[in-house]
Amino acid sequence: MIEVTNLHKGFNGEAILKGITTSFERGKTNLIIGTSGSGKTVFLKCLLGLFVPEEGSILYDGISYTNLSPEEQRSLRQQMGMVFQGSALFDSMTVEENVMFPLQMFTKQKKTEMLERVHAVLERVNLENAHKKLPSEISGGMQKRVAIARAIVTRPKYLFCDEPNSGLDPRTAIVIDNLIKEITEEYDITTVINTHDMNSVMEIGEKIIFLQKGHLEWEGDKSQIFTTDNKAVTDFVYSSNLFKKVRDAQLKGL
Amino acid sequence: MFYLDAIGRYFLMLKGVFGRMTKGSVLRSLTLKEIDDLIIGSLGIVAFISFFIGAVVAIQTALNLTNPIIPRQLIGFASRQSVILEFAPTFISVIMAGKVGSFITSSIGTMRVTEQIDALEVMGINSLNYLVFPKIIAMMTYPFLIAISMFLGILGGYIAGVYGGFLSSDEFITGLQDEFIPFHLVYAFLKTLLFAFLLATIPSFHGYYMKGGALEVGKASTTSFVWTSVAIIIGNYILTQLLLSS
Ligand SMILES: Nc1ncnc2c1ncn2[C@@H]1O[C@H](COP(=O)(O)OP(=O)(O)O)[C@@H](O)[C@H]1O
Ligand SMILES: [Mg+2]
Repeated sequence: MIEVTNLHKGFNGEAILKGITTSFERGKTNLIIGTSGSGKTVFLKCLLGLFVPEEGSILYDGISYTNLSPEEQRSLRQQMGMVFQGSALFDSMTVEENVMFPLQMFTKQKKTEMLERVHAVLERVNLENAHKKLPSEISGGMQKRVAIARAIVTRPKYLFCDEPNSGLDPRTAIVIDNLIKEITEEYDITTVINTHDMNSVMEIGEKIIFLQKGHLEWEGDKSQIFTTDNKAVTDFVYSSNLFKKVRDAQLKGL
Repeated sequence: MFYLDAIGRYFLMLKGVFGRMTKGSVLRSLTLKEIDDLIIGSLGIVAFISFFIGAVVAIQTALNLTNPIIPRQLIGFASRQSVILEFAPTFISVIMAGKVGSFITSSIGTMRVTEQIDALEVMGINSLNYLVFPKIIAMMTYPFLIAISMFLGILGGYIAGVYGGFLSSDEFITGLQDEFIPFHLVYAFLKTLLFAFLLATIPSFHGYYMKGGALEVGKASTTSFVWTSVAIIIGNYILTQLLLSS
């Protein structure tokens, strides 16, 4: 469970996040949606502790990051996994080395133990026969799987994903979305996902918050998002022609 | 104001580099990899340039020695002095600012724009230490490269001088041994160590703090080359003033 209260963050005097208050539940896929430039990535990086907010507080299961000693901050960080927008795999390392990296840095396990865990998570994300390949040698969808594997290899309590299906074809995107949802339930993680993809919302949106120009404009679940009369949300949802046609068809009783 | 700000951030970066250390075994293997990339990978070009620069220095000196009173052995003396004092440490370092410097800036810059640095930070790793510290340690082997450069430069001078028919082998060697001041070597290697540090850190700075995308990585590499060369030239001036003029 992550609770955010009155979060403010800006750059060089320009406010990007303007007082966001919300919460994300454990074991659920929480979605942050909004148009490009609405501040989703900045918000996620605040949750990760990569950006220090100017104002407001973030509580991770009741613990505030800012009140911790550097040592404690680091151990809290190690309970977070992140899937970056472009996967951010280390391009000089093989798939296996990428996933093993967090274990190598922070555990005293033997190499065989680490490899066992690495193979288990790679299997969990359905990635086989690519262990020795470099990131540049595998497809975008496979890179995402590796990124997810790397994020969960240390059994984090919090998982953050920045547009996990950007750049993927629609079918692969749905598979990746569902993988994240399954892992969230299986490991009982608090998962927060940035997206601007309505397909993801339909597929895995359990709790949805809508950001606009740094404000929290709306929150709800996926059944409510199609019935809300909030103008900004409907504009966003029905900016896709497909959804518009479906709605018009429904209105006409087709 | 802009420059002062950049210099300030450079020193803050150094503080981060020498801050919390990455796990020893990891640092060791990173350092070995950097020695391979930065030093071993530059052997070829450094050897090539040194040999021919040494040869050209000898030929130039020979061609300009028109006064018969000046002994031919001066060619050996001049080759030694110019190669040891300037060509090997300074000239090669400027070349390295292009070769190694742009490699460092573009590799760290790419990690920045593809969020690999963020990924390190999220895992709780001191990314500055992880990325820059091994480069600094690796560059501490740079004096070996410069020693090779000195040797090959003088060898180039010898071959061009003797086989070009400008002076005899004995004359060249007498010239080489003429008025040799051991402190000149100390001076040359102190310079080399300073340049090694600059070569590892300034390009890292330009890569680490860059913003933007692939296009900016290219621009950052160019800027990094300019600033590393400028720093080397200024450092050279200051050290020469401090160590040689008394
Ligand atoms: N490190 C930064 N420095 C300055 N401005 C930034 C930085 N990161 C993001 N911004 C600005 O914040 C705004 C929101 O960006 P972002 O959160 O990436 O949007 P998105 O919702 O598309 O993820 C943009 O206008 C961007 O220019
Ligand atoms: Mg974004």
